[in-house]
Amino acid sequence: MADLERKMKVLVAKPGLDGHDRGARVIARAFRDAGFEVVYTGLHQTPEQIVAAALQEDVDLVGLSCLSGAHMYLFGRVIELLKENKLEDVQVIGGGIIPEEDIPKLKELGIKEVFLPGASLHDITTWVRDNVKPCS
Amino acid sequence: MFTEKTLREAQDGKKAWEKEVEKVRRQKAERKERFSTVSDLEIKALYTPEDVKDLDFARDIGYPGVFPFTRGCQPTMYRGREWTFRMFSGMGSAEDTNKRWHHLLREGETGLSTAFDFPTLMGYDTDSPRARGECGKCGVAIDTLKDMEVLTHGIPLDGVTTSMTINPPALVLWAMYLGVADKAGIGWDRIGGTIQNDMLKEFIAQKTFMLPPEPSIRLISDAIEFGTRHVPMWNPISISGYHIREAGSTAVQELAFTLADGIAYVEDVLERKKLDVDAFAPRLSFFFNSHVDFFEEIAKFRTARRMWARIMRDRFKAKNPRSWWMRFHTQTAGCSLTAQQPYNNIVRTATQALAAVLGGTQSLHTNALDETLALPSEFAATIALRTQQILADETGVANTIDPLAGSYFVESLTDELEEKAWEYINRIDEMGGMLAAIDRGFPQTEIADAAYHYQKRVDDKENIVVGVNKYVATEQAPTEILKLDDRVEEEQIARLNEVKRTRDNRRVTQTLNDLRAASATDENLVPYVIAAVKEYATEQEICDIWRGIFGEYRDPGYY
Repeated sequence: MADLERKMKVLVAKPGLDGHDRGARVIARAFRDAGFEVVYTGLHQTPEQIVAAALQEDVDLVGLSCLSGAHMYLFGRVIELLKENKLEDVQVIGGGIIPEEDIPKLKELGIKEVFLPGASLHDITTWVRDNVKPCS
Repeated sequence: MFTEKTLREAQDGKKAWEKEVEKVRRQKAERKERFSTVSDLEIKALYTPEDVKDLDFARDIGYPGVFPFTRGCQPTMYRGREWTFRMFSGMGSAEDTNKRWHHLLREGETGLSTAFDFPTLMGYDTDSPRARGECGKCGVAIDTLKDMEVLTHGIPLDGVTTSMTINPPALVLWAMYLGVADKAGIGWDRIGGTIQNDMLKEFIAQKTFMLPPEPSIRLISDAIEFGTRHVPMWNPISISGYHIREAGSTAVQELAFTLADGIAYVEDVLERKKLDVDAFAPRLSFFFNSHVDFFEEIAKFRTARRMWARIMRDRFKAKNPRSWWMRFHTQTAGCSLTAQQPYNNIVRTATQALAAVLGGTQSLHTNALDETLALPSEFAATIALRTQQILADETGVANTIDPLAGSYFVESLTDELEEKAWEYINRIDEMGGMLAAIDRGFPQTEIADAAYHYQKRVDDKENIVVGVNKYVATEQAPTEILKLDDRVEEEQIARLNEVKRTRDNRRVTQTLNDLRAASATDENLVPYVIAAVKEYATEQEICDIWRGIFGEYRDPGYY
């Protein structure tokens, strides 16, 4: 019972050199207002730093935001490092400027869902509530 | 503005009209209880002489080319010369971008503007581990003078002005451009252009940062001093509201924070360089966003000019009228565009461009319809350029200067924005200036609040975005997007290695050592950077020196 009542913990992360953080910051607030516990990495994080934060903060979900076009390498690398650190239970979602055709490739890598510009805050938080369970 | 008789008549008429309105409203309520701008500034149903009764024509409106420049900087405005059609572009390799530049110039573009990739923007070379996956993705990759030579190949540097959106490593990219001019035998007094070189708005909004605020400002003042003495037609800074707005600010915040940044730069140059204000102020340039709310934007541009004129004359006691005028570039609002039904973006961009023109911009970039999907394709970029050309040549809006002056609504809104922006500037002054305000996270959190407020309003359909929360289509026309060759990164690293192999490494080391030594003093660093880039020192080799001496700024992660 205690586990179910535990607040879901979300890491909102900005991988790479991309400076576009409006979406990440707005979504971090939306998660907080929706009752999740939120950690925001700030900008310019390497995949290694993001996975270290996920491990240290013991999060249930990682939300990656990238608008620079470097998502294929950066998102893939985060997934790879999570596996190496035995954090397969941590789910990963992504958002940003991502061409349609990259979405199936990202999902194949292990990204659970990709949210594109125009996605509403409500849709994103609802999706997380419906699809992500706190890690045991 | 009006005689007592006119005002009395206007007031009487208004009372009668209001009675009518009440009657109509009782039968049928208006569409909304409250009408507001995209910045959520409340707008009245009707503006009358009463709303502008305190306006003083000479003091507040006046004539173009004359203080307070509300109506424009130049006496003849677009009748003398159209605004500059300046399309922001850069992608992949220097060759790819050079090709796009030539295409746009052939199609009638009149100024160049460079988009760099993230490693270049942040002071990393393409072979840095931090740069993996980013090369050429968000703009062009420039590591050394060699790349700059390729980028500017066939471009007459004394015949077209070039703007460079570059901030922490602004001195390096500028030095490369000056180096190319040198090699071509073109004097620095014959080249024109702009480096963005505005770090305060980076800490606030755009977030490409490298050094902490204090050394960042020092490098900026070095550029302003050097430009003043040696590159007289160059704008050594473009004080930018664009990114503040894109980060989610309101129009008032964009205006206020940009002007407060401008104040901070002027103060620093006066104090650090002991230059006379009239020596450097005429080359300060600005950059604004043109967002979706048509009249709010036009009012914002008019207010910006008027406020800067007052700041320069009254606060800094500048005497040269050229120090009072605010020249600015405008870009339509990338954040207003939608991935849904992307062809609609052409229409958004057209109305935003129209607002910029009616607001008297000196230079304009119009976004491409595919901006939310990828970097612009040639097809999309050409339509965006044509949008400006249609405005300039077909619509007649450039026939007369400041056509909306005297509109009860526009003048009243111009005043209201000014009043609200002064409130912010006064608060920032009370905090001890913009650096102190940034240090305590004030502009950052104000913008974060505004961005969240806006997004909630979109979620609640109080702000309508066509195709996103209204008139949603299940199917949409396909858009051909630009694809970058994955080999760009490999090829760029190969070129970088080749440059490092063939340059005179002894001289590179010498110039870098000279730069390191000078960086620890108060000397102007621009000549040292020029010497290093001419020996093909890389961007990162130079920036690493500064990172080593001054330390690095880390994002405090406000949200």
